Amino acid sequence: MEKGDMTAAATRLDDLIGGEYRHGFVTDVEADAIPHGLSEDVVRLISAKKNEPPFMLEWRLAAFRHWLTMTEPDWATVRHPPIDYQDIIYYSAPKSRANAPKSLDEVDPELLRVYEKLGVPLKEREMLAGVAVDAVFDSVSVGTTFKAKLAELGIIFCSFSEAVQEHPELVRRYLGSVVPYTDNFFAALNSAVFSDGSFCYIPRGVRCPMELSTYFRINAKDTGQFERTLIVAEEGAYVSYLEGCTAPMRDENQLHAAVVELVALDRARIKYSTVQNWYPGDKEGRGGIYNFVTKRGDCRGNDSRISWTQVETGSAITWKYPSCILRGDNSVGEFYSVALTNNYQQADTGTKMIHIGRNTKSTIVSKGISAGRGQNAYRGLVKILKSADGARNYSQCDSLLLGDRCGAHTFPYIEVKNATAKVEHEASTSRIGEDQLFYCRQRGLSAEDAVSMIVNGFCREVFKELPMEFAVEAQKLLGVSLEGSVG
Amino acid sequence: MVPGNAMGDNSKPLLEVRDLAVRVDGKAILRGLDLTVNAGEVHAIMGPNGSGKSTFAQVLAGREAFTVERGDVRYDGRDLLSLAPEERAREGVFLAFQYPVEIPGVSNVYLLKAAVNSVRKHRGLPELDAMEFLALIRARMKLMEMSDELLYRAVNEGFSGGEKKRNEILQMALLEPRLAILDETDSGLDIDALQVVSRGINALRSPERALILVTHYQRLLDHVVPDFVHVLSQGRIVKSGGKELAQELEQRGYGWIEAHAADDGVPAPEAGRP
Repeated sequence: MEKGDMTAAATRLDDLIGGEYRHGFVTDVEADAIPHGLSEDVVRLISAKKNEPPFMLEWRLAAFRHWLTMTEPDWATVRHPPIDYQDIIYYSAPKSRANAPKSLDEVDPELLRVYEKLGVPLKEREMLAGVAVDAVFDSVSVGTTFKAKLAELGIIFCSFSEAVQEHPELVRRYLGSVVPYTDNFFAALNSAVFSDGSFCYIPRGVRCPMELSTYFRINAKDTGQFERTLIVAEEGAYVSYLEGCTAPMRDENQLHAAVVELVALDRARIKYSTVQNWYPGDKEGRGGIYNFVTKRGDCRGNDSRISWTQVETGSAITWKYPSCILRGDNSVGEFYSVALTNNYQQADTGTKMIHIGRNTKSTIVSKGISAGRGQNAYRGLVKILKSADGARNYSQCDSLLLGDRCGAHTFPYIEVKNATAKVEHEASTSRIGEDQLFYCRQRGLSAEDAVSMIVNGFCREVFKELPMEFAVEAQKLLGVSLEGSVG
Repeated sequence: MVPGNAMGDNSKPLLEVRDLAVRVDGKAILRGLDLTVNAGEVHAIMGPNGSGKSTFAQVLAGREAFTVERGDVRYDGRDLLSLAPEERAREGVFLAFQYPVEIPGVSNVYLLKAAVNSVRKHRGLPELDAMEFLALIRARMKLMEMSDELLYRAVNEGFSGGEKKRNEILQMALLEPRLAILDETDSGLDIDALQVVSRGINALRSPERALILVTHYQRLLDHVVPDFVHVLSQGRIVKSGGKELAQELEQRGYGWIEAHAADDGVPAPEAGRP
């Protein structure tokens, strides 16, 4: 960048920082006033824009300085052109509505057809397609009553920005305690620049009476490409959290690097379910989201339990290993995953189960589906430390191939340092047989319905872990995602 | 049934196969097969192993791995070979598989309901909901002496040989086809199971429906008595007759027919139509 530009940019930055902070985003800021690229100034700007207390700024700066010393990891079995981190805008004010479609008539008919197939209600279609509508959505009013009900129980469920303002002591205690900013390249980047996300706190002994979902959260839109989620369940608390949406979301940001941290204290249980359906790119593999996510749960207390269930069908590249640190004695970690790659999609996903406490148990069920030219890798680590007497793990990794141009890869890593541990690993690879398809079609099912049914059967063990409504949507989603992969 | 009604014109043959030649993996399996089947008739196709019986059954159902080289197949006056397998199924062509396929994770009841509803939809009937479907299936399962438990297991997974075959006939009873092709449905059945399966098949005989029984042995034909018996050898029908032909074959073996066919030059003049 030329020096002249720098000065001009810095002046504008000063203007911006001086802008009045209202609740959340400042709406009169022009997004294009912020320069591309990442520097300490940009980190300071983000923190200032969000009116953050000094500890947050210090933490972001430490993360940024650490990030500068790191290099992008290259061990995953994914390929992409180099990412220019100086060509990204790290602070995006609310999207300009000027270029947004005015109504569904202006939206890509292909996208509308998918919404139709998924049975997305009309109002939500507008929201998902990014239509500029000023009307207040039903979900917002639902969200408000919903929040009041949760507050009665002492449950905090809000955006991350709000949590930093309203509950700085909780954020300070738990932020980075599961995924430190030194953890990996993308976690460090996220820590420096994350824009917003969700915060959830369930006090001691409280069972959250409903599934918490980003769908209900006000400000769920525009959280940007660097999202941060923190969920804390105190002693004996329970929460089931749903992330994502089955309908394909429009997003102009190509790189997504989110961090999710879960903390479960004694006897607490957290169930975290994800359906990820970001734009996968077109049939030739152009465009599409890079989804490089760090998700980790800490079973910090005895008898605690964390379950990850994920259905990954979107993104051009998925790089994601929701993990459990089984620190408390008798704690339990679970990972149930369906990852589907079609066309030119690539997924390198799996889990890490780190057994530290005694009698800790972990279960891994991974189902990978590859179609088209998709590449699908399971990468999992089961690590039993010396202290983990009586630890047990069961892993099952199944791959299903559709067609002969796709690939499935399994990389299990097992490290056992305690002789009393039991670790089991099963793996299988199968192909949707021509005989299975013919059998179903002979009974009157179309080839598409037959594939969808066979694939859903393959995923059944994972889907039964999802909350009911989510499971139904996930099944439909697989069918839509596999369109055109047969015949 | 009145000819020319919605079920089709009964004065025309339901199935007409002319000079059908099929290759599998480059090898000629069917070499000019002729067969005419009218509604209400039961035909048995017998023949030694490798004569092309199963290939014929699967070609009628639309197996795409097989290459039709020449010939013409009319089903209710329409060109059957131009239809996709699911279109044939919805139009009333049913194949009971010799080796029913396992589908892990998909419950039997789910597949059955999806199949019944896809056929109903095609016929312009409302789809059945779960309760209506269960009522329909329970009555048919009783006939096949099948336990409810088989509904909730994965399709054919861990089924015994007999359970698989009963499940095929159950599907036939649910889908109510106009032309049912039963490929070696008697193989692997003990006497008791054979009786149950035969009872199920006989219950489906009707003036509107035609059955083609593909079998190696005569024993199924003791229970399901055919109107016509055809002998398939080296890809052609070399002899046709009434039910007594099956008994003759049982006594004299296929060698007798094959020698006879070779003397006459194939196909036998009466082939395909007794």
